Amino acid sequence: MLPALLTMVGLAAAAGAAAALATRRSNEDQKRLIDEIDALLPQTQCGRCTFSGCRPYASALASGEADIDQCPPGGNATAAALANLLGREPRPVDPRFGAVRAQPLVAWIDESACIGCVKCIQACPVDAIVGASKFMHTVIADQCTGCELCIPPCPVDCIVMRPASA
Amino acid sequence: MPFATAPAPHVVAPSSVARVMRQVLYALIPTVALHVVFFGPGLLIQIVLGVVTALAAEAAALRLRGKPLPPFLLDGSAIITAVLLALCLPPLAPWWLVVSGVAFAILLAKHLFGGLGANPFNPAMVGYAVLLVSFPARMLQWLPPNVAGLEPASLSFVDTLTTIFTGMPPARFTWDAITSPTPLDALRTDLALGMTMGEAHANAMFSTFGGKGWEWINLATLAGGGWLLALRIIRWHIPVAMLTALFVCASIMSAADPGGYAGPLFHLTSGASMLGAFFIATDPVSAATSDRGKLIYGAGIGVLTYVIRTWGGYPDGVAFAVLIMNLTVPLIDRYTIPRIYGHAR
Amino acid sequence: MAKPGVRGGLRLDAHKERSTAQALRAASSVETLVLPLDQHAGAPAVPLVKPGEQVLRGQPIAEPGGAISAWLHSPASGTVAAIEPRPAPHRLGAPTLSIVVANDGRDERYAQPAPAPFDQLSPEQLREIIGRGGIVGLGGAVFPTAAKLSSAVRGQELRLLLNGAECEPYISCDDMLMRERARDVVFGARVLLHALTAQTCVIAIEDDTPQAAAALEAAIAEAHDQRIQLRQVGSDYPAGGERQLITAVFDVEVPAGGLPADVNTVCLNVGTAAAVAYWIRDAQPLTNRIVTVTGDGVLEQRNLDVRLGTPLAALIYDCGGYTSRMSRLIMGGSMMGQSLPHDGMPVIKATNCIIAASALDLQPRAAEMPCIRCGNCAEVCPATLLPQQLHWYAMGRDLDALEAYGLMDCIECGCCDYVCPSQIPLAERFRDMKPALTERLAARGSAAAARTRFDARTARLEHIESERLAALAKKRQELAKKSS
Repeated sequence: MLPALLTMVGLAAAAGAAAALATRRSNEDQKRLIDEIDALLPQTQCGRCTFSGCRPYASALASGEADIDQCPPGGNATAAALANLLGREPRPVDPRFGAVRAQPLVAWIDESACIGCVKCIQACPVDAIVGASKFMHTVIADQCTGCELCIPPCPVDCIVMRPASA
Repeated sequence: MPFATAPAPHVVAPSSVARVMRQVLYALIPTVALHVVFFGPGLLIQIVLGVVTALAAEAAALRLRGKPLPPFLLDGSAIITAVLLALCLPPLAPWWLVVSGVAFAILLAKHLFGGLGANPFNPAMVGYAVLLVSFPARMLQWLPPNVAGLEPASLSFVDTLTTIFTGMPPARFTWDAITSPTPLDALRTDLALGMTMGEAHANAMFSTFGGKGWEWINLATLAGGGWLLALRIIRWHIPVAMLTALFVCASIMSAADPGGYAGPLFHLTSGASMLGAFFIATDPVSAATSDRGKLIYGAGIGVLTYVIRTWGGYPDGVAFAVLIMNLTVPLIDRYTIPRIYGHAR
Repeated sequence: MAKPGVRGGLRLDAHKERSTAQALRAASSVETLVLPLDQHAGAPAVPLVKPGEQVLRGQPIAEPGGAISAWLHSPASGTVAAIEPRPAPHRLGAPTLSIVVANDGRDERYAQPAPAPFDQLSPEQLREIIGRGGIVGLGGAVFPTAAKLSSAVRGQELRLLLNGAECEPYISCDDMLMRERARDVVFGARVLLHALTAQTCVIAIEDDTPQAAAALEAAIAEAHDQRIQLRQVGSDYPAGGERQLITAVFDVEVPAGGLPADVNTVCLNVGTAAAVAYWIRDAQPLTNRIVTVTGDGVLEQRNLDVRLGTPLAALIYDCGGYTSRMSRLIMGGSMMGQSLPHDGMPVIKATNCIIAASALDLQPRAAEMPCIRCGNCAEVCPATLLPQQLHWYAMGRDLDALEAYGLMDCIECGCCDYVCPSQIPLAERFRDMKPALTERLAARGSAAAARTRFDARTARLEHIESERLAALAKKRQELAKKSS
């Protein structure tokens, strides 16, 4: 009885140790993991996940500080893909981080109201707004990721979000 | 002038699932014919019972699932399941054996998983495994073959019919008088009793290669399989891999210890080797997908068949070998995706 | 990379004997020619003429509308009747903006400047002039030839492959071109060799077209050009697929997602080469093409030399009209051709063949059954895909799996459809799923671009900040020095 019990416990311990060794990641593996996570993220750089960009969020996911349901622009598809990659329970996007949009939106500046203050240009994380001080500002729709970071700084509220295909 | 439109391609080969299944049934005719020659008409009765049960079970399942009866009922896949299972059962098996086996195969192994094209396990083998585990004694009550040197009890057709439908032998016989183990079964028992291969082979039921009668049935099955290969209904990868693996395993072991292990030709011509290689393992729905995958799948079945026959608990290992390899098919498929044109690997 | 090779494919009945039995003939002139402006790949052409204007045959009537676009020339002299949406075959009958020319029957030609001998032009000039002829790929893809040539020239040694391997059943226009106008194909080859600064040209044809082979051999010998060779390939379908042909002739594989130029090859149809010859040698821009009219639903089967814009109904009329068995009108071949809702649409640059199909020509599908995983489809796929897996994932709309199993590498040849015992419309399923996958791949591409811009901006801001801190530190040091 005792030998059998010890054998089973020993086998289980050996299997567990082997599994733990296999899943341990080196520094290089960690960097590769962050790259893989970053590749799944939509690169909106909006900060809704509470990190300052997509790569910081990826880094936090890799180290276990963040969860997979924090990216509204990625939607439930990205949350599922992250769950699959990281071996966690799939979950829909947590609405506390923001609403998941049904279709992609891009920013549009009403040029008749724009005062040329460059505040939105400074706010855009991907340099999708062209313009200069006292010159007209405009959003390059193809390059806008829909992060909406330009909307709060505008002093005349002349930026709206519109469907990308419009 | 207006015309009706349709998507390309505008010509397709006049093929159909029913045609494929029909060809498989034709290819089984030599096997069935020789089986009846050596073991009497019992098989035909089992086939009739099996086919009726299969069609009834299929119709009931299709109704329950809300699917249309034609074309599924007559696509031939249920009939093939019944015929293959009947070939694996003793000719005098009681009627409820084949009926329950086929019903289990069609209802649980096929339709529960989604019907045609969706079963992960070979339905006939699932039915066989259930019967073997549930009614082991009944499953091993074979007949001696009708060849010179062995005098099987002469049972008329009516005798056969009553035996099957009552589950009891005719009044003037006992079970022992009319039944006999298969060569594989006899070999197992004799080796377990300490006999050598030579001594075991001295039994009148053995001939040059395999068992008398059985080797001819296996050759007939090989011919049927060749017919299917020629028509390109099946491809060569699984049968060749399975038979080669079986041959190699048997060769190695019998070369190392000729007295304790049967030779390769015996294994290739006994039991369900050929039936398994050409008709059972090649069931496309439950087999591996790519060519390389098929080779691994077939080889696995061959090795497992030898292992179960030699060291396992059953005389013939084809059924369980196929079922175990069915389990591994998703894994095999995942790692044997062929290289796509233009991709590095 | 593993050893390249041509895999899969089918041996199909060619159905080309009747349409190649008679010599080429010009189609009859018609009163109205309709020319869709978007009948080539890329941006639609922009009209140069207005309704009511007189035009001459060969006059440019529309210019390229973008970097990848093509010129359009009037196939007849007459008047521009209208510029309006008209049903078009490449839109399956949906209207698209077209120039409608009323033919005055006089066939007066537009005065083109006399062409300079092509070998005295620089390759760049020659490519530009080829573009002005409205030349696009006449094998069916109608990609603007000048753009294709220019994008292929990257400084490496190129080789030219002329595709005369007409593998799809029913189509025989290239065969007739090579039989009767082999000299024009060879001249075009020489022009293209100069335009690409290439030293090798292989004209590939199938091994079941002896007359075309003989005609081409004679024309090559007459031209005394050692750079041009003839090569015969097997006639399995789809031997004439661009990638398959390049692998069969040059033993290399075009990388997935890449172009033939990535393996130093430019592949053009023999009809395109002939069109180049007519333009460069004879100053005739692309206004005509050879169209095969075939099928049991038309009385006579033959190849016609047709002006672009001719209604398909006129071609049928030229061939004696429909038979009583006419059932389906197909533009293209029997494996990949598009079925058209009516015959009131014009011949466009992509129209290589019209099949007036009857029940004898068609082998329609029976009712669809579930996939039994027989593997016939994987056996015949020329791209070495697993169509049964693609079908499984298409049913589940699993875009990740479809990408992994190579949906974008599917050339939609229809071989898998042909052999499926369960009669599953595989090519159609794959066509349906491609837009969703393309959209996802495009989204991934723009996400990568956004990441690049974000990283650049972050670096810029950090640089500005570090400069500012360095300036402050420097000032602090200077102040400290002064006070000490």
